[in-house]
Amino acid sequence: MPAVTETIEAVQSVTESGYKWGFETDIEMEFAPKGLNEDIVRFISAKKNEPEWLLEWRLRAFAAWKAMEEPTWAAVKYPPIDYQDAYYYAAPKHTKGPKSLDEVDPELLKTYAKLGIPLREQEILAGVEGAGSTPAEGRMPVAVDAVFDSVSVATTFKDRLEKEGIIFCSISEAVQKHPELVRKYLGTVVPQGDNFFAALNSAVFTDGSFVYIPKGVRCPMELSTYFRINAKSTGQFERTLIIADAGSHVSYLEGCTAPMRDENQLHAAVVELVAMDDATIKYSTVQNWYPGDAEGKGGIYNFVTKRGACRGARSKISWTQVETGSAITWKYPSCILQGADSVGEFYSVAITNNYQQADTGTKMFHIGPRTTSTIVSKGISAGHGQNTYRGLVRIGAKATGARNFTQCDSLLIGDLCGAHTVPYIENRCMSAKVEHEATTSRIAEDQLFYCRQRGLTEEEAVGLIVNGFCREVLKELPMEFAVEAQKLLQISLEGSVG
Amino acid sequence: MTAPVATGAAGFLARYEGLKDHLPGARKPWLNQLRADAAVHFAARGFPTRRVEQWKYTDLAPVAQASFAEPLTMVEGAIALPVPNAENRAVFVDGRFRPDLSTLDGLAFRVGGLAQGLADAEPWLGALAKPGTEPLAALNTMLFEDGLFLDLPEGVDGGLLELVSIAVDPGRPFAFHPRHLFRLGAGAKLTLIETATGRGHCLHNPVFEIDVAENATLTHGRMLQEEATVFHLSTIYATVAAGGTYDNFTVAAGPRLTRNEIHAALTGPKAACHMNGAQMASDGQHVDTTTALDHAAPDCASRQTYKTVLAGRSRGVFQGKIHVHRVAQRTDGYQMNQALLLSDEAEIDSKPQLEIYADDVKCSHGATVGALDADSLFYLRTRGIPESQAKAMLVEAFLHEAVETVTDDTLRTALTRALDNWWARQEASA
Amino acid sequence: MLRIEGLTAEVEGKPILNGVDLEVPSGEVHAIMGPNGSGKSTLSYVLAGREGYVVTGGSATFNGVDILAIEPEERAAAGLFLAFQYPVELPGVGNATFLRTALNAQRRAKGESELDAMQFLKLARERMKALSMPEDMLKRGVNVGFSGGEKKRNEILQMAMLKPALAILDETDSGLDIDALKIVSDGVNAMRGPDFSALVITHYQRLLDYIVPDRVHVLISGRIVRSGGPELAQELEAQGYAAVQAAA
Repeated sequence: MPAVTETIEAVQSVTESGYKWGFETDIEMEFAPKGLNEDIVRFISAKKNEPEWLLEWRLRAFAAWKAMEEPTWAAVKYPPIDYQDAYYYAAPKHTKGPKSLDEVDPELLKTYAKLGIPLREQEILAGVEGAGSTPAEGRMPVAVDAVFDSVSVATTFKDRLEKEGIIFCSISEAVQKHPELVRKYLGTVVPQGDNFFAALNSAVFTDGSFVYIPKGVRCPMELSTYFRINAKSTGQFERTLIIADAGSHVSYLEGCTAPMRDENQLHAAVVELVAMDDATIKYSTVQNWYPGDAEGKGGIYNFVTKRGACRGARSKISWTQVETGSAITWKYPSCILQGADSVGEFYSVAITNNYQQADTGTKMFHIGPRTTSTIVSKGISAGHGQNTYRGLVRIGAKATGARNFTQCDSLLIGDLCGAHTVPYIENRCMSAKVEHEATTSRIAEDQLFYCRQRGLTEEEAVGLIVNGFCREVLKELPMEFAVEAQKLLQISLEGSVG
Repeated sequence: MTAPVATGAAGFLARYEGLKDHLPGARKPWLNQLRADAAVHFAARGFPTRRVEQWKYTDLAPVAQASFAEPLTMVEGAIALPVPNAENRAVFVDGRFRPDLSTLDGLAFRVGGLAQGLADAEPWLGALAKPGTEPLAALNTMLFEDGLFLDLPEGVDGGLLELVSIAVDPGRPFAFHPRHLFRLGAGAKLTLIETATGRGHCLHNPVFEIDVAENATLTHGRMLQEEATVFHLSTIYATVAAGGTYDNFTVAAGPRLTRNEIHAALTGPKAACHMNGAQMASDGQHVDTTTALDHAAPDCASRQTYKTVLAGRSRGVFQGKIHVHRVAQRTDGYQMNQALLLSDEAEIDSKPQLEIYADDVKCSHGATVGALDADSLFYLRTRGIPESQAKAMLVEAFLHEAVETVTDDTLRTALTRALDNWWARQEASA
Repeated sequence: MLRIEGLTAEVEGKPILNGVDLEVPSGEVHAIMGPNGSGKSTLSYVLAGREGYVVTGGSATFNGVDILAIEPEERAAAGLFLAFQYPVELPGVGNATFLRTALNAQRRAKGESELDAMQFLKLARERMKALSMPEDMLKRGVNVGFSGGEKKRNEILQMAMLKPALAILDETDSGLDIDALKIVSDGVNAMRGPDFSALVITHYQRLLDYIVPDRVHVLISGRIVRSGGPELAQELEAQGYAAVQAAA
């Protein structure tokens, strides 16, 4: 039973405005000391009982990070981050083996309830023995991996997935149980020194999800991770690695929430996807980190590196993202199209309201022949929000017959916000064809009036029009997520009109 | 005179130090100050490298590593002038005004060399150029000697005027940095056709400061047709007041490296700007069009259409930014850039950019890159048209689409001829 | 005379024509009918020389010339005209420029003198009038912004101007209303004579009410499975392709 569906209901049940997930869970936590140095990296590695190669891998990343400077090219502004004034490891103390929900930390259960996760799912997530892996009747099952702060707390439906040979677990578990797979692929798509935030993540990542779909297997259910930053002054550095072997297919969902806080918190995740011959990975994100308050205080700095490699012929990687949260979003889910006839897609909705800033887009690297990519980006700016689409389409000399189509549309609500489009097109191949279009528009008075005359409130009207504006992207989301995303869009824009 | 030893920026700075007391206007403190400030900027930045975002795709290393002298002596004697496009023309040789070669009699407005007119230029010279952010403007400000100074009083229709720039090969590398000042008073009107020709290993680095007052219209056609040994780096700054129009159409086909950089600001309501052009390159050439359009007032319209055709081992760049300020409500901005690749060794880099801070705007841009369309080619051939002719028709159609926006017949004819000449040269060398 | 013998061809490695035998004598109009995917359009593209349509066997000659061995424009000069099912749009290329260039290229290839602008315009106006085409279509880009019917009429105009010896009409009736269908058919019928032959490719019998063929051939799975007189078209209309295929 999908946590997300219940989350929608939770959203629906809330009537007051503001951030709906701004609760904090008071669970007994275990922290590493504040600050970042080699010892902390060693501490994290030791805490997770990691093999020597991984510790060295982390230390190389840390050395690279120390030599790097924080990037400044994105169109976002924020005060300098003190990387020494944060915790790099925080874990809930109770994580294993309660006999029933009664034994589970009640605060954790409250968190699940607030997340809108139903009882059975709560049992499974909390790791109650014998909770079983059967979904509630009549619903499409979704396997969930929940990551709290730095640690994966539970993964559901493992047994059922294992029957298909699918590995879906936390990356810490994968390091222990499938070290050969982790070692073979980790860092091969996003190398440790790729960029400042990726290097930081590589040094201190604490958990995340790991997925391996064997040859020819079509994953029977949606896989999902729920991320939540809970503790104060913690950064979250999860690392996700998904490998789809030849001929396999997987759809993966990612959702995120964080409590309301006055301080800014850093989220620097890395996601790596690998698709072999004829494999398909669909990766969907609904990002709803705390955006800060109406005055721009607090909120998450979401500095994320996501990249997929279409290594095999005819492989396909499709990114869909709905970015409604975070004070600052900095992410460019990208595709390296190496295999002949491979396909990359990027569908994005990004909303900035109040003082939110988003600089997001994608990079499509066309390397193999007849590779194709599609980019559809919808940016919505309201309040004082600043929204930038930044994208790169690079076509190499050997990508004969490559195709790209890009559509970037911006919608402005009010005259205090900004909408920006910065596409880069680099083509070295004569037979390639690239098309890029960008438009800017606003919600017209007559559209609003028309809706209101038919009885909609102004906010409903805006919601309706915005959803129409985003239709091409929302239709790419799995069903449950699409409904949730639509609600989120509306909530994110509350207070933006009138 | 000893041969210059220092190269690039250092070389130019050294030359400035040596020449500053002899440059035109050296006794005018305001101008000395302007040049000195520019020298400070140029010393601080030097030639831009590819790490500078605006120069990401155009490498100035061949310019920065070379050493250029001034065209020291006036070239006397017969100079082959290009076929005239207009009765009235101002001719510049190596960046210096040549009244003896010009025909400017009986014009109802000021037109002539800037070096002779510096006394009247103080309010305008340096008013628009940004040597602090653009090193080439700094270099120009530091070392300019002359340029075309145009001043059209209110309501004057200046008709058609041609600006001819010729570089004469003195057998050694040289650089010239003309500074052109155009002022159009309220309601004034002018069509300016500019032809740049030249040979030899030279750097032509003109800077234009163009002030278009209320309801005035300047149509500025440019044909950059120097030979493939020339570096042409031009920077235009234009400001357009309420109801005014600045139209720029540039054909760049010839130099080894062409940078056609235009900064236009629409500062009054209902001002308009049209920037169009066609740039072509073949083996060893590099063409770059970079535009920055500032919508700083409400109800303004801008249109841009740029076409790039690349043959052989060549590279083309288009960068175009539309910036809509918060006050610029009801802006109508449109930009299209299209590139046609005729060779497997050509590369095109394109960066259209929108930066929008007002909500009631209609802004869009588009970019396409591709080869000649196979279906179109086949269709033409099934009608009996031989392949090479069919290709020529399609290239011509592609380029002429941009020229169609030019309403002045003389200018359109001149531009069309420039395009056809390029294609004819391509065909001949193929 | 068009003579096709054992013609086989493939597209992207997939065999589409599997041995077509067909003769169209000069002065005759033949129809090729067949269900979707039977290879009708492929046959027209192979004859016109489109890239990607690879001949793997057999032959095709027109008045003794091996047309498969020559370039598309040489085939055109030899008198072969293809009216496209989907006429291509050529933005920026004026219809008049296009027609005149094509006409003169073909005249040149035949050793005839080229037409000047005035001669050309006179001829074009005359032909357009006959096809009820507004004159401003000459000024517009080739097929750009034309309606479906206008595009098909433009194809017929080109045919009328270029005067081919063999016209292949690839589903020229698709997307036409009755009035346009009549105009197009009149255009084709006006060309009929001892030196003109045509291959009319169509899905439906409707067009053949207006352009009455001398022979009808049924193409299924890349082969001519039946041939007959005009009555065969009616039989197909009444019984469908499946019955014909079963009987063949």
